[in-house]
Amino acid sequence: MTQTTLNGILLDEHTELSLNDLCRACSTSAEWVVELVSEGVLEPINYQQIQWRFTGVSLKKAQAAVRLQRDLGINIAGIALALELLDEIETLQARLSCLELNDDI
Amino acid sequence: MDYKDYYQIMGVEKTATQDEIKRAYRKLARKYHPDVSKESDAEVRFKQVGEAYEVLKDPEKRAAYDQLGENWKAGQDFNPPPNWDAGFEFNGGGYTEGNAADFSDFFESLFGRGASAGSAGHRHAGYHAKGEDHHAKVLIDLEDAFQGASRSITLQSPELDSSGHVVTQQRTLKVKIPKGIKQGQRIRLSGQGSAGMGDAPAGDLYLEIAFNPHALYRVDGHDVYLDLPVTPWEAALGASIKVPTPSGTIDLKIAKGTTSGRKLRLKARGIPGKTPGDLYVIPQITLPPADTDTAIELYQKMEQELAYNPRSKLGV
Repeated sequence: MTQTTLNGILLDEHTELSLNDLCRACSTSAEWVVELVSEGVLEPINYQQIQWRFTGVSLKKAQAAVRLQRDLGINIAGIALALELLDEIETLQARLSCLELNDDI
Repeated sequence: MDYKDYYQIMGVEKTATQDEIKRAYRKLARKYHPDVSKESDAEVRFKQVGEAYEVLKDPEKRAAYDQLGENWKAGQDFNPPPNWDAGFEFNGGGYTEGNAADFSDFFESLFGRGASAGSAGHRHAGYHAKGEDHHAKVLIDLEDAFQGASRSITLQSPELDSSGHVVTQQRTLKVKIPKGIKQGQRIRLSGQGSAGMGDAPAGDLYLEIAFNPHALYRVDGHDVYLDLPVTPWEAALGASIKVPTPSGTIDLKIAKGTTSGRKLRLKARGIPGKTPGDLYVIPQITLPPADTDTAIELYQKMEQELAYNPRSKLGV
């Protein structure tokens, strides 16, 4: 079987997505995204302008926010707090695993 | 098909009140939510808990489930007795929690596939609905992030066959891993998720990148760390030594008087990108063993001729 190599889109801090892209990827409404922005969960690259653009990092957060609300019934402020704490845990765990590797040597 | 003990999954007694069941569900859902939990089987557990709650939160379904009898054990081979559900109706509950598409065969044999379809309708309103997004983790080597690579990944997803049965489909995709990718970043493959309903587009496939643990390097964001063993004389006198890096061997100058653990930064030799990461080399001074007469003599000579007290600051 011949197989073509698929080229995906890398969703990093350089990726730019419109508000529309973000809503579609999260199956959610623009109003809800606006709420996430006003709670400080998401930060558009160009907050001052009318046509907001978001990074791939924002998309990851928005999708996690959708799941947290749907599955656990958390409100926006709770989502903001949960995501911040999860970020912190991730940072700490990365450091911890660096240190644990160090101990083995 | 295995019998599932929904009470056991939920960790409640068979006599638990609806309120107790709800509290147990909330606790477990928070504990095993895939976005929150670090446990490796979190996703599976979360789905099980969602399915158990789907049944136990609804007094009608719970009564029907209870009616199966008390003699079943979790994991036991199970076939629903004929007419087991006579006298029950399952349309009042509503399917709000969890994703019914993930429910087990056991659930479907009791409450039917139609029940699950109801959920899809509830969530997407209408017959034109974008397909589900899929998520998968891909393990790559650190070297792949330096050079770019293409990876074949095999995904398993439940799909309906021509007769309407759920079968697990395996498919293999070849995906380009772009140079400069970092731990935790995601690649989106448009249209590679589940097929849409009606005219709606297919869902997307999200691949999250994680690195295999490396024998030499540690990675933090786009920076790479290497512990570099050096001899006491290289550290004391300075030296030029060969050092491996993910992009090839380099010659590194060790300054005179280098101490263990002091980071040496090699700019832009970390993971490449618009803002490339750095490579940090951390010298670790190692002692040659005193296992020959010559070695012992040399150590003794140092002891006699070097006035060195590493504990002077400790006041002893």
